[in-house]
Amino acid sequence: MNTALINMAMQTTLAAIEPRTIAQRAAESAHENLWITAGYFLAAIVGVALLLSFLGMALIYIERKVAAAFQCRIGPNRVGPWGLLQTVADTLKLVFKEDFVPQMADRTLHMIAPFLALLVPVVLLALIPYSPALQVADLNIGILFITAIGGFGVMGILIAGWSSNNKWSMIGAMRAGAQIISYELSATLALLVVVLFSGTMSLTGIVQSQEDGWWIWRGHAAGLCAFIIYLVASTAELNRTPFDIPEGESELTAGFHTEYSGLRFAFFFLAEFINMFTVSALTATLFLGGWMPFHIGDWTSFNSAMDAIPPSIWFLGKVTAIIFVIMWFRWTFPRLRVDQLMHLEWKVLLPIGFANLFIAAIIVLANAYPYPVAGQ
Amino acid sequence: MNYVFYIAAAVAVFSTLMAITRANAVHALLYMITSLLSSSLIFFVLGAPYIAALQAIVYAGAIMVLFVFIIMMLNQGPASTEQERVWISGKTWVGPTMLCAVLLAELIWIVRGDPAWLPGKTIIHPKDVSKALYGPYILVIELASMLLTAGLVGAYHLGRREPERREGES
Repeated sequence: MNTALINMAMQTTLAAIEPRTIAQRAAESAHENLWITAGYFLAAIVGVALLLSFLGMALIYIERKVAAAFQCRIGPNRVGPWGLLQTVADTLKLVFKEDFVPQMADRTLHMIAPFLALLVPVVLLALIPYSPALQVADLNIGILFITAIGGFGVMGILIAGWSSNNKWSMIGAMRAGAQIISYELSATLALLVVVLFSGTMSLTGIVQSQEDGWWIWRGHAAGLCAFIIYLVASTAELNRTPFDIPEGESELTAGFHTEYSGLRFAFFFLAEFINMFTVSALTATLFLGGWMPFHIGDWTSFNSAMDAIPPSIWFLGKVTAIIFVIMWFRWTFPRLRVDQLMHLEWKVLLPIGFANLFIAAIIVLANAYPYPVAGQ
Repeated sequence: MNYVFYIAAAVAVFSTLMAITRANAVHALLYMITSLLSSSLIFFVLGAPYIAALQAIVYAGAIMVLFVFIIMMLNQGPASTEQERVWISGKTWVGPTMLCAVLLAELIWIVRGDPAWLPGKTIIHPKDVSKALYGPYILVIELASMLLTAGLVGAYHLGRREPERREGES
């Protein structure tokens, strides 16, 4: 009797402190009070707007500083302390510029395209577990949802290029479309390796499966290989240098956003940087343990010292490291030609990805992880 | 959840109508993508998240993006729009409308019957689908994969570049 009571009390307290996603909390509040739900919606709208503007400006500032450092320059340093307000000033300038639509353009589609391009990374932000307590929604079909939504990023670009009614926009959009459709395959194959290892598609489940070691180590060479494939393929999906032929300025003026100005151009720019954050966050979640701290085997004191750092700091640190690597790519590799781009995907990355998936399946079947987990 | 279903269904019907009646091919395709996405949402509401995701990935994502890509690359001008406008007016409506009426009658007949068949009571997770596919239906999967391989080989054959003929050879 007593033990049953204690058990019940334990369960209720566990349920109380058990981390729930923000979507679950909002759904539960709907049964109690409609105003709380409305408050959640309002908070979500304000939160997303603030997060987007802060993240965009911070990433652009970091990009300029990193680029300057790679080229032995100083970078922005006039507006505000250390040039911190430079991006704010640039954003204000873009807001006040004329929003121009070419006369022969398809007006409605031309106006909608930038929002479509920005929508995709914003939706993906909701799935990422930032810390055990902070995640907007944890879907059972998380990875599938990411591939489904991620595939639509190309729609905004295609529509932008076509509706502008301009040769350069059109060619840029076609290149972007071909590139993103091709590299999506390799990225998905790399994602599947992690799904095989962890046995789940929910992102929180994937993070929790890495308690005994991140998949980049625990998956032998297959994990490392999948990590590299995913990083390369998603850099290509971001249309960033060295894969930025859709907006190769030497030949296409500015590619698909040639005819855009003012706020709508800013939206494309923002979408690109938010995309970079989303991709880095997904890479950190899938391969680098998400918010899990770094542990080494039996080093108890080292591990407890690592545990002292809060999970969200771990997550942000990993994301920042990957963003730095992606920016590093930009100043290391020259831009690829179209045929080299297709060659890299279809004749190099895709076969390696398939072989890698096969090897990963063998590892999972043999249960040959370096650190065996109880119950797996 | 009922409201979500009705809104998604209304969007699906409207966008499908628009997809049929638009003369501009790109506009029609974009409406069709909207229609596929709303049917994906309907699947989700009915308790099949896996099918919903597949609908979005395969149809709305991969196939339709490829369609849009090709149509945009062909970049047909106002002439083809005019031609299309002529095609979709008049007698062309008779056949499809009659077939749709048959389907509608069938739908009404089903809905008027026993409501117990209505789905949405249980949620089918990806694991259940996979177990079914690779359990009793493994032979069908293998056949489908063979068919796809044949298609791949055929596409490769059609797209193969002929070896250039040298001078003097017929």
